[in-house]
Amino acid sequence: MITLSHYIVLGAILFCIAVAGIFINRKNVIVLLMAIELMLLAVNTNFVAFSRFFGDVGGQVFVFFILTVAAAESAIGLAILVLLFRNRSTINVAEIDSMKG
Amino acid sequence: MSLSLSILLIIALAPLAGAVLAGLLGRVIGRAGSHTVTILGVGIACGLSMYVLYQLVWGGAENFNQDVYTWFEIGKLHVSVGFMVDRLTAMMMVVVTFVSLLVHVYTIGYMSDDPGYQRFFSYISLFTFSMLMLVMSNNFMQLFFGWEAVGLVSYLLIGFWYKRPTAIFANMKAFLVNRVGDFGFLLGISAILFFLNTLDYQTAFDAAPTLVGKTLQITQNHAWDAATVIGILLFIGAMGKSAQVPLHVWLPDSMEGPTPISALIHAATMVTAGIFMVARMSPIFELTDTALSFIMVIGATTALFTGLIGIVQNDIKRVIAYSTLSQLGYMTVALGVSAYSGAVFHLMTHAFFKALLFLCAGSVIIGMHHEQDMRYMGGLRKYMPITWITMWIGSLALAGTPFFSGFYSKDAIIEAVGESHRWGHGYAYFCVMAGVFVTSLYSFRLLYMTFHGKERFRVEHKKHGHGHDAHHDDDHGHHTPGVLEHAPHESPWVVTLPLLLLAIPSIAIGFLTAGPMLYGKWFGKAIHVNEANDVLAELSHEFHSAFAAGIHGFSAWPFWLAFAGFAVATYIYLFNVALAGKIKNGLKPIYELLNHKYWIDELYFAVFARGGVALGKGLSKVGEAAIIDGAIVNGSANLVQRIAGGVRRVQSGFLFHYAFAMILGLILLLGGFWLIGQ
Repeated sequence: MITLSHYIVLGAILFCIAVAGIFINRKNVIVLLMAIELMLLAVNTNFVAFSRFFGDVGGQVFVFFILTVAAAESAIGLAILVLLFRNRSTINVAEIDSMKG
Repeated sequence: MSLSLSILLIIALAPLAGAVLAGLLGRVIGRAGSHTVTILGVGIACGLSMYVLYQLVWGGAENFNQDVYTWFEIGKLHVSVGFMVDRLTAMMMVVVTFVSLLVHVYTIGYMSDDPGYQRFFSYISLFTFSMLMLVMSNNFMQLFFGWEAVGLVSYLLIGFWYKRPTAIFANMKAFLVNRVGDFGFLLGISAILFFLNTLDYQTAFDAAPTLVGKTLQITQNHAWDAATVIGILLFIGAMGKSAQVPLHVWLPDSMEGPTPISALIHAATMVTAGIFMVARMSPIFELTDTALSFIMVIGATTALFTGLIGIVQNDIKRVIAYSTLSQLGYMTVALGVSAYSGAVFHLMTHAFFKALLFLCAGSVIIGMHHEQDMRYMGGLRKYMPITWITMWIGSLALAGTPFFSGFYSKDAIIEAVGESHRWGHGYAYFCVMAGVFVTSLYSFRLLYMTFHGKERFRVEHKKHGHGHDAHHDDDHGHHTPGVLEHAPHESPWVVTLPLLLLAIPSIAIGFLTAGPMLYGKWFGKAIHVNEANDVLAELSHEFHSAFAAGIHGFSAWPFWLAFAGFAVATYIYLFNVALAGKIKNGLKPIYELLNHKYWIDELYFAVFARGGVALGKGLSKVGEAAIIDGAIVNGSANLVQRIAGGVRRVQSGFLFHYAFAMILGLILLLGGFWLIGQ
């Protein structure tokens, strides 16, 4: 029997992977974007699971919103990435430190 | 009947108007215009002053004391501009304006080829205004205004030839030394305000007896008597202005100014402001024997020891300057023994004969084409007879020859000191007695070296005949000493007329006024003396007439001391000129001591001037550069920069660092909430 805790633990694991992906990854900005996406998905998983177990459809509606916004966000993120690559000729995270104080 | 305010206002403001016109419009109205307006202003003031004196003495006018204008009000303190005119004031007004008028006339001749002609007239008229404000004041604030204003004009006039470094040094010195005195004076005025709650003369004098028994805790264990503190502080002001030891150093140097100034400001009037002030404050000074003893000792020291310096000076003006110091000492001694009338009387006679002496010296300087060194003079009596005779008159008056004006005043002072029983009177008596001999010695030495004996100068005509006009200010000292381009000559009438007019009071004023002014309570309530201290009243029993006093003078000690000085001077400087050099070599240490003025100048220069500069440099280095700039201003900036430098490292620019920090923060926050929730 799969209980709510299983879903929540899965969400937590996905979220941790995503977080680890953000700050362990030093190579690729695309991986960063993917990690952010994964974070959103972890949250979505939680939404769906709670929606299902509490019998409230609102959560699933939220997920659709999130997916839509995430798609837009990814598009913008990728566009920025293209511009970044054009200007800096690199997408290596370790080399992008122009905000250094 | 009473005096009218408008007359007093005109007296004070006429010289100011002259000064403003000559000073601001000097270029427009020209040289003749400048001296006309200033002489007119001072002449009006002089004439009206005489009228005021006449009204007070013979016209039965009452003393005048009235506020004219509210200067400022702070809380209960009400300070106004006002006039207090009694006989003391009126006498001072006449002396100031009369001498000033003659000096104005004299200046036409003395400064005739100076480019700063209009400026000079403007300054001396401004001085006359300031001095009148000082003497006519009816409150301490206006007194202080006049006090500072005359100091300022004195500063401007000592440095009149502002291209000469020595003149600039001298005026700075005069200004700084006077500051020391003025500080004490200001403290004294503050003390009066503190104890008596008023700055008005009459109110303060009426309330003065309440000072008795009041004390002021200055030092830890000793409470000072209030009247003594006030007296000494006010007298410190007088010490600065009237050049008493140890604040006397500025007066000889002030001779860098033009000679008319030396006569008017640094001999006849301004330097006597301190004497006048103490006499005016007599109701306060009478309360304190300690302060009066202090005054007496300071005055006696000044009277003798500065006179001694006069014996070794070679600059004609400096001899007279030291003589002025010494005579101011006499006046101060008289104040110290409560003989205020004697001091003021000597002030008056001294104003006439010392102005005369200075103007004579100026006439000699013109005649000698701006040579001031007596070693290159001699035998001038043939060339300038009027100057010669008037200078003899002035010197005889100074030395205290019976029937001359100086005799009555100086004799009264000496006898008053002899009568006094105040602490220190023995020392003072010795000093004033010895001072008579010294005075006579340097006076006649000056006369002999200048007018008698062999001529110690040569006249060499130069081919390119440039006349007088080449001889002003910065041209000084280029010529060889003792070589003149033209023979000495008598000065023009604008110079000799004031000499003659001053010679008259130098001879006669003492004889005419000694009786009433010294012994006759002429000053009325203007001067207050306690019965027990009134030495002049003691002396008045022996005084019958000015004539009898003159006859008696021949058999008294001072006359014989003066005669001894005359005899010594005559022998050394007229008959046996080589002796002077031998004495000088024989008494080398004493000569050096006197020639260096007891090394007081050097001491002050090393301690105060150098010390002041060193202190300033030290403060600039430590206080300014290290503490203010280094620690506070730059230090705070440096601190911010250093902290920022540390914090900046956190800002790595790497996204993963920021993300890590965010997560870390989140975890800590959640952990914190969780712990609190537990």
